[in-house]
Amino acid sequence: MNMTIALAAFPIPAGIVTALARFLIFPGLLFAVPAAWFFLWVERKAVALMQGRIGPPFMQPFYDFIKLLGKSTPPRSGIGGMLMKAWPMIAVASAAGAVGLLPVLPASGGFEGDLILLLALLELPSMCIIAAGFSSRSIFGEIGSAREAVLSVSYNVVFLLAILSIAASQHTFSLEALAQLPPSFLRYLGIAALLVCLPAKLHLNPFSLPNAEQEIYSGPMTEYAGPELAMWELSHGLEWVAATGLVATLVAPHVTLWWLAALIFVAISFGIVLLLSAVASATARLAIDTTVRFYWQITLIFAVLAVSSALLLRLRS
Amino acid sequence: MKLWNKLMCYCRRRSPWIFHMNAGSCNGCDIELVASLSPRYDAEQLGVRLEGSPRHADILCITGPVTHNAAKAIQTVYGQVCGPKAVVAIGSCPATTNVFIDSRTIDGPLEKHLPVDVFVPGCPPRPDAIVQGVARAAAILAERELNKSTAVSIMVPIVENGCACGDGAECKAGEVQQ
Repeated sequence: MNMTIALAAFPIPAGIVTALARFLIFPGLLFAVPAAWFFLWVERKAVALMQGRIGPPFMQPFYDFIKLLGKSTPPRSGIGGMLMKAWPMIAVASAAGAVGLLPVLPASGGFEGDLILLLALLELPSMCIIAAGFSSRSIFGEIGSAREAVLSVSYNVVFLLAILSIAASQHTFSLEALAQLPPSFLRYLGIAALLVCLPAKLHLNPFSLPNAEQEIYSGPMTEYAGPELAMWELSHGLEWVAATGLVATLVAPHVTLWWLAALIFVAISFGIVLLLSAVASATARLAIDTTVRFYWQITLIFAVLAVSSALLLRLRS
Repeated sequence: MKLWNKLMCYCRRRSPWIFHMNAGSCNGCDIELVASLSPRYDAEQLGVRLEGSPRHADILCITGPVTHNAAKAIQTVYGQVCGPKAVVAIGSCPATTNVFIDSRTIDGPLEKHLPVDVFVPGCPPRPDAIVQGVARAAAILAERELNKSTAVSIMVPIVENGCACGDGAECKAGEVQQ
């Protein structure tokens, strides 16, 4: 009875309920965390199969996560220690928020400009990685962070220009509207540019220099252990879901059946994960100058072409 | 709580992350350790991952008869591994200092410096013996914090032909067939 009165006195707007449902249930945490583990497994399994191995069992990322939760962490004190504990939490929260913003289900609600918020949330985990490496005060962490910063400056120009060209050609910054509009030729050009940026965003092999295993120990993660490392693994998995999900929502055909929309979303994301893992296992790590040259000299030209043609089309219409 | 402990035990046994450290080895055992991760032996099926940082590792794999230079470094790295942790001594060198015995440059064997959980003898040991040793160490590690036992050294017998299961009658703990 009291509950009803309270509800009647403070009616909760439907928008907040949908937003919470999207953040917590689908495509948010309840869906995204198992999906993150699944994608991490697919990545390792695909690499193993490409190398002629059998690879880890299906539940491996889950085992790793639980095991890391049960490990101890080195004592951390002062502001630096507090920051070191905070960065993985911020990374997980922002990656989960980015997944929650994806318009997977038809008519799931959204707002004008949620594409910009999604881009910001997708960028936060890599900012956290840079900050984490520097606040760990490990020399390897600092090298890894510097590399991550340089890499982020290189691919983000192309990444943002690609998104901008898609948004400008379709006259909207709302993800829902973008997903519903019929795709144009320019959108596919933009999606191709996005796909070129994804290995750098996810630290996959041709561009895996920030966390270059064995070369600079573990890069920014060198000093992390136990539950904090588990959070980093989770945020990496969530980044997988968010980044592949962004491409999937742009590619997916518009359907009204909700279960079909969800199925198409998962299938396309899975395909992109397979593609990226295959590329990762077939290539070797590039040096930092080659990577920067790749993005600034080769890819940037196409991105600028895409944006300028999008703007010209807009002026003409 | 009991269920959580059971789950933790299960997950620890299936996710041993190793850190490899060379304490003056001739590189023979190091090659075999890397071979155990290769397509032929594929230790990743057991969840083994070779980690770049000792902070991430559960199992410290040490090769070589401990040289004077390496003695301090070993203790530093052992301190950097977060608990619960286990140590696997790979090859005959860390177990007995092997052919380098009584050398004035050697401060071995390894047990003088660290509590060793599993010895994998051999010069060098076969990759399947190393995989078996890591699996044994993971099983020890899984129970470690639950009943707070100290290190009990176990010898992994030399595997003759491809037996890395750890369940065979000839693979009993404590037996060395050399």
